Amino acid sequence: MRLRSPILHTTLAFCAMHLAVAQSPSISVPKTVEAGSAFSVQSTGSGKATLYIIGPEQVLKRDVQLGETTYFPAGSLYNAGRYLAVLAGESATQNDSFDVVPASKPVNISFFAKPSRLPIGLHDGITGVVYLFDAYHNLIQTPTPVSFELSTPSGALQKRLVVTHEGAAWTSMDSTAQQGVDKFVARIGEVSSTRIIGQVPGDPCGLKMNAKPSGQKVQLVTDPVRDCSGNAIPDGTIVTFTEIYNGTQSTIDEPLKHGIAEATLQVHSGARLSVASGVVMGNQIGWSQ
Amino acid sequence: MKSGRFLALILGAATIALVVIGTVWPVPSAAAYAGAQSMLASSSTAEAAVRNLGDEIRAQAWEKAYGSLANKAQFTEPEFVHDLTGYYPSLLTYSTLDKFEVRPLHASDTDAEMQLTLHWATVVGTSSSTRELHVVKNGDTWQAEWPIVKQPALPPQVIPVNYLRWDVIYRGPGDDWGSQDVEAPHVRIVDMHPVERADGVVILGELLNEDVVPAYVSVSATLLSKNQSTIATEGSFDKISHLLLPKQVTPFFIKFPNVSLSDVGSIHMTPLSALIAASADPVIEIGDEQLHPAPDASLTGQLINQSGQIVNVAHVLGTFYDKSGKVVWVADQYVNQALLPQSPVPFQIHVPEDLARNVATQRTVVSTYSSGGSL
Repeated sequence: MRLRSPILHTTLAFCAMHLAVAQSPSISVPKTVEAGSAFSVQSTGSGKATLYIIGPEQVLKRDVQLGETTYFPAGSLYNAGRYLAVLAGESATQNDSFDVVPASKPVNISFFAKPSRLPIGLHDGITGVVYLFDAYHNLIQTPTPVSFELSTPSGALQKRLVVTHEGAAWTSMDSTAQQGVDKFVARIGEVSSTRIIGQVPGDPCGLKMNAKPSGQKVQLVTDPVRDCSGNAIPDGTIVTFTEIYNGTQSTIDEPLKHGIAEATLQVHSGARLSVASGVVMGNQIGWSQ
Repeated sequence: MKSGRFLALILGAATIALVVIGTVWPVPSAAAYAGAQSMLASSSTAEAAVRNLGDEIRAQAWEKAYGSLANKAQFTEPEFVHDLTGYYPSLLTYSTLDKFEVRPLHASDTDAEMQLTLHWATVVGTSSSTRELHVVKNGDTWQAEWPIVKQPALPPQVIPVNYLRWDVIYRGPGDDWGSQDVEAPHVRIVDMHPVERADGVVILGELLNEDVVPAYVSVSATLLSKNQSTIATEGSFDKISHLLLPKQVTPFFIKFPNVSLSDVGSIHMTPLSALIAASADPVIEIGDEQLHPAPDASLTGQLINQSGQIVNVAHVLGTFYDKSGKVVWVADQYVNQALLPQSPVPFQIHVPEDLARNVATQRTVVSTYSSGGSL
């Protein structure tokens, strides 16, 4: 909502009331005006006067002939809020107030979607909040149905229809079992806004490595690393290989490349080899050569 | 008034007298730093010869130090200097020798073995290195033989590196109000508990990057009293590996000096994570790690840089667990020499002796800092 200017409002009204005029003019204003639409102010009496329209961040001034209708074209008043009309004649002043309300048709929406990245399989893990605005960025507080749609690359679709409350509508969605980039769309009529949600794999599952001699050393290679839903763990994820032999230990942190991790270690016969990623342990191999 | 003038006169006279005394009869260390002769003018004993050498190294009088060596024909002066300060930029490059200790190991009429421990003042604190010197008698004087460690010569080669890198594009100033920004990495404290020590309370724990993107991390802790008032807040500072790649775990160590655990009602932990552009390179192998029991309980091992990039500074963090897998201590060491590709560099992390007997297993991580460049 726009800021009001109460000081200006009060000052102008106070000044206007001190303009004593012999005649007693009066004005008639509409009770509500939709932001940006044309409107008119009817005055009575005779003679000349000045009409002030004072509202949030806006002041209009017109010289008027009393007894005539003053027209304001579309776009004259665009900030929603309470307005004061002051008619300052030569001998007296009159004032009246009216409301400028947001246009009923949403033109802009602000769509907050959180988080932009989350693990798969989270119930109510994705939240979306929408605020509706008219063409002049006034918050539309009229209850309006908003459609939320979350679509995955596999074609799975979650849909919610939520009616706004005091200008906002919100919902939550589940992340699915498949990794990928989801489209989260909020739509009101022809107006829509899209956010991208990245669903990323969970922890590695069934982490397994194999060992084979490589010259004087041993090459350790994992199977393709996947989570429990079968999604490939992203490259760059750290896999730790460990060799424990006779009280000594050797470790190496290797990032996944093309879905697998591999390391070459100087391994002793009789050593115990293990693999882990984060807090997930993989298999162990007793190495003998 | 009179007494004030008299005092000023006495102070002035005393200052002049001290300046004259200091100029005419300077203390040896001041003379040495001013570029005069070494603190010990004569190498009449094996220990004196090594002390002279130590003084010259401290004064960075490389020519004098090199000239005093018995085996200088085996290497050049630049090689001697590089052996002390590093062949490539490292912690020692920007450090000075703070102090040194000489310990006789063996002596005869014609030669001796001396242990020279050098304590370097570096940007991350004191870094110590020990050399064992053979000292020989030449005529009336003793001369040290410097145990040169020459940098291994790497054959010219091209090392293909197929590393991963993450870059981050944040939302720009022109984005509209509702547009989303990139999500901060999700991190989780997987272990934490306080330990009471003689000088205060320490919080030990481990932090996991459970996300698929790299994270810059730090941890802070607030100690609350039993009535929930704040006792103190401290951060992990450098006792943590700040860069965590996906699924990587770092230990952290937060110290609260002069706090008793009996005064603590609860602890509020605050992990912080932020997106950071990062590279999965270099990969460092930690080999031959071995736990040594008390006395001088420590974890030793060696770092092997498996990449083609020179690592200028390596920070080794060790997490020590008891038989039940509980973290009992976290300790660290900065390695004071650069890690060249495929060249093992030793490290040693000390463990408090009272805790060492509880240590059953350990895990080590390495943070690296490179200033760029190539072979």
